[in-house]
Amino acid sequence: MSAGLEVLATGPLSTVQDLGRPGHAHWGVSWSGAADRSSLRLANRLVGNPEDAAAVEVTLGGLRVRPDADVVVAVTGAVGALTVAGRPEGGNAAVHVAAGREIVIAPPRAGLRSYLAVHGGVDVAPVLGSRSTDLLADIGPPVLEPGDRLVVADAAVHHPVLGVAPVPGPVAGPVTLRVVLGPRDDWFTEAAVAALLAGPWEADPDSNRIGLRLAGPALEREIPEELPSEGMVRGSLQVPPSGPPTILLADHPVTGGYPVIAVVLAPDVDLAAQVRPGQTVRLTVVGQR
Amino acid sequence: MRLRPCGDVGVLVELDDLEAVLALHAELAERPLPGVVELVPATRTLLVRLDPRRTSVGAVSQALQGVRPRTRERPDARELVEIPVVYDGRDLEEAGRVTGLGPGGVVAAHTGQTWTVAFTGFAPGFGYLVGEDDRLHVPRRAEPRSHVPAGAVGLAGRFSGVYPRASPGGWQLIGRTDRVLWDVDRDPPALLAPGTGVRFVEAG
Repeated sequence: MSAGLEVLATGPLSTVQDLGRPGHAHWGVSWSGAADRSSLRLANRLVGNPEDAAAVEVTLGGLRVRPDADVVVAVTGAVGALTVAGRPEGGNAAVHVAAGREIVIAPPRAGLRSYLAVHGGVDVAPVLGSRSTDLLADIGPPVLEPGDRLVVADAAVHHPVLGVAPVPGPVAGPVTLRVVLGPRDDWFTEAAVAALLAGPWEADPDSNRIGLRLAGPALEREIPEELPSEGMVRGSLQVPPSGPPTILLADHPVTGGYPVIAVVLAPDVDLAAQVRPGQTVRLTVVGQR
Repeated sequence: MRLRPCGDVGVLVELDDLEAVLALHAELAERPLPGVVELVPATRTLLVRLDPRRTSVGAVSQALQGVRPRTRERPDARELVEIPVVYDGRDLEEAGRVTGLGPGGVVAAHTGQTWTVAFTGFAPGFGYLVGEDDRLHVPRRAEPRSHVPAGAVGLAGRFSGVYPRASPGGWQLIGRTDRVLWDVDRDPPALLAPGTGVRFVEAG
């Protein structure tokens, strides 16, 4: 029988994520996948998995699991105190865990989402080619609950694992995100674009895997009409007529009817995925390529 | 066509009309540009999403300038999807009044033309359908309903559509269908995809 991880506690929200299911936009299905993609990739590399293996995305810590066989795990992203059988272990490192030893990820001091990867990958039935949970469309494995048993796939090759990857963790202070203006920046006044870049913006508690909502200055429209729905990319900063602008994250719908004033660069969307409610966000423009 | 960059991962192409969108979509689907990972059509735009590790917004924009889209044919009658509808929607009377056709006329107009899926995106399996004429153009409801049942058939603006699952919605509801629009275990899971032709048939 394959190894398994018994889920003892999940914290506010833990879901299975891999790198998502691109290519199904024509059916209205979102890309989904890990909100912080670079952290997922790193966790997988540390345990010797392909980068797109399924792992657990943990929101604000609180995950407790117990393997029933010897496993190798890594925790990346917003790493709160990580303990194995009560002993502290490092984040961003490959950790050997003997059977029966409880793994606990405490709430992080900075950042929002952490990734627990296990050598072999989490083995749940893929849906439309991915093991990711899409919370908007309700596709993929259900949200994790205490009592679940996550099967760990047998790894075909056992790599010698790299010890530690020193990477900067999420910060508690202001986060700067690089943006390219458009595609609908001309739907806003010049004063609005200036206000966008001056900010300040504060992350709204009503944020989730669909988007990071930002409280800040009003962004005045140049064109008052309703925008016909159009395709949107991850990282788009969508501005509704009333209510906070939103940076679209992993589970965003394929199309939207609110104009997008700017788009956050792909690597910086991973930073946006780590922003906590109340944290300050600044936007800075980079040139078009 | 007008090209608008979307960060470092996409190009939004603005076109004259839906037919131009579908023509460009068909061309790019048949002859993919290097590094392009997804195409998202809408009423007047086509989003071309790219992998920034393989190409760039600049390179894709340049390649798009050189594309000559083929002319889009009308949906072939053999490709038509039939959707049976019981026309007892809560807004049928209102739609009849606003269009001047009366409820019976709305049904006749809805079943009497071929609809084309322009794009999807509101939810898995949801297709925005455009008809052949503008007899059934009605505004959205001023106040959306918090609950529209799965299978509800509606009108909004120039579109008709079927709700794949229960959700809030502001469309004018004219009927309901039993056909399953989205089933993740079916192959293909979505009944409707961009370009699919649809005929509504009065049932029961």
